[in-house]
Formats: sequence, structure tokens, C-alpha cells
Amino acid sequence: MIVVQNLRKKYGSLEVLKDISTTVREKEVVCVIGPSGSGKSTFLRCLNLLEDVTSGKVTIGDVEVTSPKTNIDKLRENVGMVFQSFNLFPHLTVLKNIMLAPKHIKKLDKQLNEKRAIELLEKVGLAEKKDESPDRLSGGQKQRVAIARALAMNPRVMLFDEPTSALDPEMVGEVLLVMKELAREGITMIVVTHEMGFAREVADRVIFMDGGYIVEEGTPSEIFDFPKHERTKAFLGKLL
Amino acid sequence: MSSLQVILDALPTLLQGVLITMKLAFISLCIAFVIGLIAGLMNTSQNKILRGVATFYVDLIRGTPLLVQIFFIYLGLPAFLDIRISEEIGGIAALSLNAGAYIAEVVRGGIVSIDKGQVEASRSLGLSRFLTMRLVILPQALRRMIPAFVNQFIISLKDTSLLSVIGIRELTQNGEIIISSNFRAFEIWGIVGAIYFVIIYILTRLFRQLERRFSS
Repeated sequence: MIVVQNLRKKYGSLEVLKDISTTVREKEVVCVIGPSGSGKSTFLRCLNLLEDVTSGKVTIGDVEVTSPKTNIDKLRENVGMVFQSFNLFPHLTVLKNIMLAPKHIKKLDKQLNEKRAIELLEKVGLAEKKDESPDRLSGGQKQRVAIARALAMNPRVMLFDEPTSALDPEMVGEVLLVMKELAREGITMIVVTHEMGFAREVADRVIFMDGGYIVEEGTPSEIFDFPKHERTKAFLGKLL
Repeated sequence: MSSLQVILDALPTLLQGVLITMKLAFISLCIAFVIGLIAGLMNTSQNKILRGVATFYVDLIRGTPLLVQIFFIYLGLPAFLDIRISEEIGGIAALSLNAGAYIAEVVRGGIVSIDKGQVEASRSLGLSRFLTMRLVILPQALRRMIPAFVNQFIISLKDTSLLSVIGIRELTQNGEIIISSNFRAFEIWGIVGAIYFVIIYILTRLFRQLERRFSS
């Protein structure tokens, strides 16, 4: 589904990603963990070209993301993204946040669009907030709306960039619950996270990154119970 | 003749001038808004040439006095091109180009004040650069720009008085004409100033109320 080959990313002379290669299968849930500054968010943002890539190749489905000929807007319709800071559109109601992209890209009929948006809100448990302005929601609610907004385009892949890092602890659970539900439905997910419990429980595979490299990847048990590399052990040791 | 009588006699002519002043300000501001929006968008574009053109325009206008701009556009350019334009066209052109440059800066500031995350969220949904600007950035940015627009409207309204130098019979020019026949500078300049003040005072209150309604 997603193939990353020799991906490199430089900011000036600072190399943030140094030769990343990995593959994500259809319906796989992959969690990317690692210390701050390890390049995990940059890696994720390279997959839908929110960051331009210095060299290497990224392919999603049969589309080569890194090819200059690729229509990046078209690709992004199939790749949903959820951000640490939610990034809801503050000038639109909750419902209109979700309806915006289907309306203008898919030219979806208004009634159908609204019906689907309400279904998505029900799915994240926020149907009663449909006419609220986003700034009247709690952090956890905002993030759930952001997930619903990303799902509205029916993406084949969902990218989560530290979706719970900006939340108060008591709100982390509600967001993770929605994400677990998505994982169960079989959507391909790549999640950059510090929630080790979530990674262990939900991920099919865990990638540990440090210093711009993928140090180690494997099943949750392989990474959390039997880490091979010193750096993985050191990182996980610090968390306990 | 009493001061009051002087003012009362002058009022009909002055109020005719007020109408012209308001018309000039209104038309100029509408055109300036379009110019400013385009130049402001050009200024935030990725294209170096578009950005260069917009920057040059803004720098040129900000770096020269409005009075010189008025003379250049009304007298200079037509002389060079060997054409004639009416005072009103020249005046409106000068005022529009002048205010447009300041509005371009307001627009640019408004756009860059919007959090980068908004663009990223919109683009990651598959919305193009153009749709992102139209649906996500501008609606938020324009709302933030309202106070600065109001400010520019007031400045341009006052700047219309400079158009008296090319003979447009707006408020200031009509004042001058009256004084040249009755020599009552104190009363006439006093009432002319008072009229500007009242117009702007009323407009400011009006805009403030609109703004309050808009933001709630």
C-alpha cells in the first residue's frame, strides 16, 4: 500500500531524515514512536508532501507521491491527516468543517453531504455538536471532529501526527477510542504517538525512530518486550 | 454679517461638496479594495515575479507623497501620453492607487496572520491552493482586516481634500471658493473642518457597530 524507499529530508544542512525505507500493507496499523526530534513527524508529513522530500521515493497505492507529475491534491483526497493542534476551521461550524472538502472537491449534493457528515459525527460521538463553533469544543472533542473531517473524503490511508499530545490527560482516552474503532474497521493507519499503551494494543507493527533513522521495527511485542537495539531499550526504559 | 449668517450662507455649497467628497471616497475605496486584494494576494504568492511587481507597487506608493501622485496621474501621465482625462477620473485613479497600496499591506498582514495549520489542514483534505485561499484563509483573514479597512477608509476620506488642488469641487475646494469671495477664512475653514469631523465621527460609530455585530 505505502512504499517508502531511501527517503531523505534536509532543512538546509540539517538532515532530519536519513535514508528511511519501509512498507505499510493495506489495512495495517503502524505506530511510529521515538524521542522528540527523531524525525517521526517529518516522516509522516513527507508521506502526503506537507514537507517536500529531498530525495527518495514514496508510493501510495499505485501513485508515486514524490514524482513531480503527480497531482498532489488528488492524492491527498485519499490520504486523511489528523494534526496535533486539530486545525479545525474556526469560521465554520462543526458540520461545515466536515462538509467543506466533499462539497468543493467531490461536488457532493448538499443533502447527501450533510447526511454523511452527521453519520461521521455520530461515529465520533458528537452529533449533538453539529451546529457549534469549533472554539466551543474541548480539545478531545475538537480532535474527534478533526478525525471525522478527515474521514469525510473516504481516505484509504489515515495519518495521525501526535493526535493526543496537545490534549489534557482526561481527554486522551476518548480520542484513542475513536482511533481504535477505525483500526478495527480496517483502515490503513500510520500513527505518530507517545501513547505506548495504544501502540501496544492497537498497532500491527511499531516503528522506533531515532536521529532520523528507523532504528527498529516489529510487532508491538518485539519492540516493547524484546527490543534488540540499545537505543530502543534506552528510550523505552525512560518511559517506565 | 454675523458669523452664523456667513456659515448658513455657505452651507448649501459646502454640502454639495460633501456629496462629491463622499462619492470620491466611496468609489476610490471600492476600487482600492480590489487593487489591494489582488496586490496583497500577489505579495503572498510563491511566484517571484508576481511578488516583485506587488512589492514594487506598494513601495512606490508608500515612498511618494499623495499630492505628487495626484499631480503625476492627473497632469504628468496625460501630458506624456498626449491625452486628456477629467479631474474626477484622475482624482479617483490617484486615490484608488494610493489606498490600494496600503490595503495590499493590510491584506498581506491578514493572510500571514492565519495559522499555518489552517493551510495544512485544508491542503491535506485535497483542497487546492486556490480553494484553500478562498474557503479557509480569506474568510478568516478578511474578518481580521476590518478594523484596518475602516481606518484606511477614514484616511482616504480625508485625503479627498487634496483633490481640491486639481479643481474637483469637493468640500475643501468649495470652502476655498467661498472664501475667495467673502474673505471669511475663520468661519469657513472652521465649518469645513467641523463637517469632516462630523462625517468621520458618524462613520466611525457606524462601523464600530457593524464590527460588533459581525464578530458576535
